[in-house]
Amino acid sequence: MRAVQRVVGRALPLDRANVDTDQIIPAHWLKRIERTGYGAGLFEAWRRDAAFVMNDPRYAGASILVAGANFGSGSSREHAVWALDEAGFRAVIAPRLADIFRANCLKSGLVPVELEPEVVTMLLELALREPRTEIMIDVGRRVVEAPGVRASFALDDHARARLLEGLDDIAVTLTHADEISTYEARRATWLPSLRD
Amino acid sequence: MVAAMKRTLAEKVWDRHVVRRAAGEPDLLYVDLHLVHEVTSPQAFEGLRTAHRAVRRPDLTLATMDHNVPTTPATPADDISLKQMDAMARNAREFGIRLYPMGTPEQGIVHVISPQLGLTEPGMTIVCGDSHTSTHGAFGAIAFGIGTSEVEHVLATQTLWAARPGTMAVTVEGTLPRGVWAKDVILGIIARIGVSGGVGAVVEYRGSAIRGLSMEGRMTICNMSIEAGARAGMIAPDDVTFAYVEKRKHAPKGADWERALDDWRALPTDDGARFDREVRIDASELRPYVSWGTNPAQTVTIDGRVPDPEALEPALREAAGRALRYMDLTPGTPMRDITVDAVFLGSCTNARIEDLRVAGDVVRGRKVRAGVRALVVPGSMLVKAQAEREGLDRLFRDAGFEWRDAGCSMCLGMNPDILGPGERCASTSNRNFEGRQGPGGRTHLVSPAVAAATAIAGHFALPEDLS
Repeated sequence: MRAVQRVVGRALPLDRANVDTDQIIPAHWLKRIERTGYGAGLFEAWRRDAAFVMNDPRYAGASILVAGANFGSGSSREHAVWALDEAGFRAVIAPRLADIFRANCLKSGLVPVELEPEVVTMLLELALREPRTEIMIDVGRRVVEAPGVRASFALDDHARARLLEGLDDIAVTLTHADEISTYEARRATWLPSLRD
Repeated sequence: MVAAMKRTLAEKVWDRHVVRRAAGEPDLLYVDLHLVHEVTSPQAFEGLRTAHRAVRRPDLTLATMDHNVPTTPATPADDISLKQMDAMARNAREFGIRLYPMGTPEQGIVHVISPQLGLTEPGMTIVCGDSHTSTHGAFGAIAFGIGTSEVEHVLATQTLWAARPGTMAVTVEGTLPRGVWAKDVILGIIARIGVSGGVGAVVEYRGSAIRGLSMEGRMTICNMSIEAGARAGMIAPDDVTFAYVEKRKHAPKGADWERALDDWRALPTDDGARFDREVRIDASELRPYVSWGTNPAQTVTIDGRVPDPEALEPALREAAGRALRYMDLTPGTPMRDITVDAVFLGSCTNARIEDLRVAGDVVRGRKVRAGVRALVVPGSMLVKAQAEREGLDRLFRDAGFEWRDAGCSMCLGMNPDILGPGERCASTSNRNFEGRQGPGGRTHLVSPAVAAATAIAGHFALPEDLS
């Protein structure tokens, strides 16, 4: 995974709640067997509307998506994170992110930031009013800063360390292989198995 | 101290799967069963290959093909889908995983086949690269969807890093009115708590109305937990659960069965255990629901009308207006006046034998309205075979339904079964998101009974509306 200490960039204001994963990356894109090639599918249906904010040239190159509550709801497709990443986004800010989407972000180094609704509204208004405004997200200090805005966000130590160091989760877990084996030795013998 | 010992069902199941717990870390949780399908796994297997890693427990891993399989030979899979299915077959072979591909009697939607095979049992942890893994919570298991990186992690380690979720109780007390099915119960719950009402929590469904449901009904409820944003949904195991599991292929047998029963009977939430949040619903207030919008909380009862966004609370107005434009609906229209182009009876929500029996009863001796395309897609080939033994296929075919092979089909628009732009569908599936059933398609979520009646009437209808 890519390590990330700070994200500094302009914001794309997506002032909608409950943006689901079928909007972020429609299902027909999920037929691919590669981890790349999803950027063009990001918000595919909405991008056909010339008035959609992503088509506004003032937001070209934005690297922080600011959205309404419950962003990423719906399916477990990590392709949603891959599509955002390929389109140049390094962080997503919303009052609330869907659970699986948030977990997927942490696996790919896309920084998930949940802030109070009023703070997100301030950031949305700032980006709408002044598209060139830069937002700074500091993973180590767990703070977001923009002109007139300074807010901290929750990120557990474990997730924070992995983002900062870009650690391979599996390698870390395998250092606990003995504990896994010990657990396995005491599992009930009647639990189902495909060996049967 | 005594109070601290009282735990919920979710807490008991979670705690017994903790491999490692340390301050400042999420729990390292053991996974009893890992279900795999063709769409969210290829990149995970590729990751294992690149890192020269093996699958730790192939014996606790089951793969099938469901998302992009065609459900009739008349519409073969496209080349990209075929490549994905080939990758699944190759990965299963290379890593030693049991696979039920297209053409095998056990093939079907992953969340339908695992319970049928007796692999889904109380007290287990079950994960899959699919959000509707919550379905398995109906057995008193903790079951949730994961992304592809986590699929790779589980393949390699049989564990997951996860923070212990919060707890929430949704209690439905009383008797369900006639014509109200499990689908209506969960749509009614989502209408009350909202699409993010369960975020961060495992929801335990409780109360006499829940206990009165069959396993099929309980699976429908838990399946849509994710539509309320919940991490998982659960129902305490009881005699209904045990009767369903007993004698299935992978269920414990003989003395093991007795040991398992003793264990499972200790799982239900202790009296006096506390939930972080509790919601109570009176079963008698529930009615058959139809969704009008583009998220599963945007529903009314079938007796209702398309809402006027201006009459909704301010926070919901803009989204409602946008949804109505997408759905091409006019405020004030009675739901029964809305005509449909298609009816889809299928998906991991509502394609089990009981769903097909209920719908079959409705269409018996009747004809699908001219101009309506109606599909029945059994959840698994085992469900299909059972339905055919019961003669249900004849009922559907005689009425003018297409009778298909098992798969996710028209639930998610990544196989040949899709809606055309602007087409309107009464669907027993779980998501009415924009474009979910095909670009520009319009989805209305309903129960199998309403779907069947709607196919006959050509507009939203209850079975009792039919002449």
